[in-house]
Amino acid sequence: MGAAQATDITGAGSSFVYPVLSKWAATYAETSGNKINYQSVGSGAGIAQIKEGTIDFGASDAPMSGEDLAKFGLGQFPSVVGGIVPVVNLQGVKAGELKLTGDVLAKIYMGQIAMWNDPAIAALNPGLKLTSTKITVVHRSDGSGTSFNFTNYLSKVSPEWASKVKFGTAVEWPAGVGGKGNEGVAQYVRQIPGSIGYVEYAYAKKNAIAFAQMQNAAGKWVQPTAETFGAAAATADWASAKDFNVIMTNASGEQAWPITATTWIIMYKKSKNPSHSKVAFDFFKNALEKGQPAAASLDYVALPDSLVKKIEAYWASDLGNK
Amino acid sequence: MHATASNAGTGVDRAHEASRNAKDSRNDVLFGWVLKACALLVLAALLGAAGSTLWLGSDAFHTFGWGFPTSAAWDPSNDQYGALVPIMGTVGTALIALVVAVPISFGIALFLTEIAPQWLRGPVASAIELLAGIPSIIYGMWGLFVFAPFVAAHIKPWLMNHFSADPPDGQVSWLVQHVPFVAKFFSSEYPFFGAGVLTAGLVLAVMIIPFISSVMREVFQTVPTRLKESAYALGSSTWEVVWDIVVPYTRTAVIGGVFLGLGRALGETMAVAFVLGNTFKFSWSMLETGSSIASTIANQFGEAQGLQRSALMALAFLLFVVTFIVLLIARLMLRRMATKEGR
Repeated sequence: MGAAQATDITGAGSSFVYPVLSKWAATYAETSGNKINYQSVGSGAGIAQIKEGTIDFGASDAPMSGEDLAKFGLGQFPSVVGGIVPVVNLQGVKAGELKLTGDVLAKIYMGQIAMWNDPAIAALNPGLKLTSTKITVVHRSDGSGTSFNFTNYLSKVSPEWASKVKFGTAVEWPAGVGGKGNEGVAQYVRQIPGSIGYVEYAYAKKNAIAFAQMQNAAGKWVQPTAETFGAAAATADWASAKDFNVIMTNASGEQAWPITATTWIIMYKKSKNPSHSKVAFDFFKNALEKGQPAAASLDYVALPDSLVKKIEAYWASDLGNK
Repeated sequence: MHATASNAGTGVDRAHEASRNAKDSRNDVLFGWVLKACALLVLAALLGAAGSTLWLGSDAFHTFGWGFPTSAAWDPSNDQYGALVPIMGTVGTALIALVVAVPISFGIALFLTEIAPQWLRGPVASAIELLAGIPSIIYGMWGLFVFAPFVAAHIKPWLMNHFSADPPDGQVSWLVQHVPFVAKFFSSEYPFFGAGVLTAGLVLAVMIIPFISSVMREVFQTVPTRLKESAYALGSSTWEVVWDIVVPYTRTAVIGGVFLGLGRALGETMAVAFVLGNTFKFSWSMLETGSSIASTIANQFGEAQGLQRSALMALAFLLFVVTFIVLLIARLMLRRMATKEGR
């Protein structure tokens, strides 16, 4: 296909995938001549636009329900994996030193554990000197996929959280203050001694904020790394899910990082504009198969091969694209 | 023949003049209509915006009724929404901004029109106009990275030590022990955290100072020099000239400038979203975090669906209502002031 026949396709949605998507798009435009216009307007807006049919693909940090997909004739598949990490501002505590379990994290976010020298935290961290500092909880103030996955994880590990607060892109936070965006949370955590927040791993790394290690569903202590994010993606329960409708937090793998997230790409099963959809499929095929280095450079993790094969099979059968 | 010719000439002139007059008055009428249309367009746009937010928010109003503006709940996962905290935050931050910005703007305007040497007036005036041109997101970032930490390090601890019931230094001040309610306005759960209602109010003040002071400066310049010089000739001091001549002469325009600033403060979004802390807990304290209507909408609109979206639209409608009420109260207060002065 020559440059003269280049097709411009448009997508919209999640801001979580925006950095890697735009990098993939730049490479793709060089090799194929097709441009991908992606508007990072938020998952909710992305879903609304794909339902209205104004874009070629949507991207959402929360999967669409099977009913909704069927109703609007849509299909979805995961795209890239990222980790969400608890970050802390504690004097003398370096990155990866503090140990937290999901249960303790939920209690902190519910305001039930209010001091850093609480016996529950001390019991997990015998080697650390924790003073009687008040814990200030920092959460996202804007609706976000990061909050969605974080609260989803807390719902899975704490029945009390699941019944009281539930999960969503925005919830009624039982405690703490809200920062706008990852940068807002990161900045608040840096400013408040004794604070705890949660951000995408890339932000914690870039801003050199101390993150905590976590105990995963298998009972192992894990650090947030590309390997543990990948392990979560590989061991999430994709097999029994229809339309990849699995939120991969609290994955079962021995090495799995418990708060791992993906963004779903949403496309039409029967596209009104087949030539556009063809380009979109080609783009994502390229990205999923060869996009690992670009993803890694931005601290995302590409999907494991087993999952990519599954997605391509899904394209062939459910989305009618070979 | 000569006479006839001249008669005919006058006749032609008259007819010409009459047709010109008719054309003029036709044009005047047309011009009047165009102007009227321009004015009504503003009204139509306003009603349209208010109407559409009311329409899109009707779901939330139906679900929560009068509980919507009076409830402090904001719980998207259980679909419970109330606007009390955002309304309080909007009004609170705007009031703080106004209380700080009006006297400072007044000072700036007076200095530039009455006292400053000629060579200083130009640069300072342009600097103020430049301040008005800075996008609000820049103020938000400045607030987040520079001003909020400054408040946390210097202003907030001082205020809490002197006015709160739980001061960081542990010594409750005489004022708090003897004057009731003071502590209510100055308590804070997070003594070392800079974002909050006061911080947002101060950032807003910086943002509206250029608006108010530019308007004040412009109108102070319209005061006839003869009036001022007469007063000086009678032996008035500069302060007396300003307070008794300049201010009464320009009162309505000055108030217009203040309203312009108030309007911006009530509706400011990005800057406030960064420095307000964005929590939905009701509190009387100006050192606590809160949320405003505009920042809540900006924060949650992108991801909101269903009832949450409707609640955000309802919030938008309430912003119209709140702004209207605030401006109404301000106008009534001014009218009472005017009658007191016997105007």
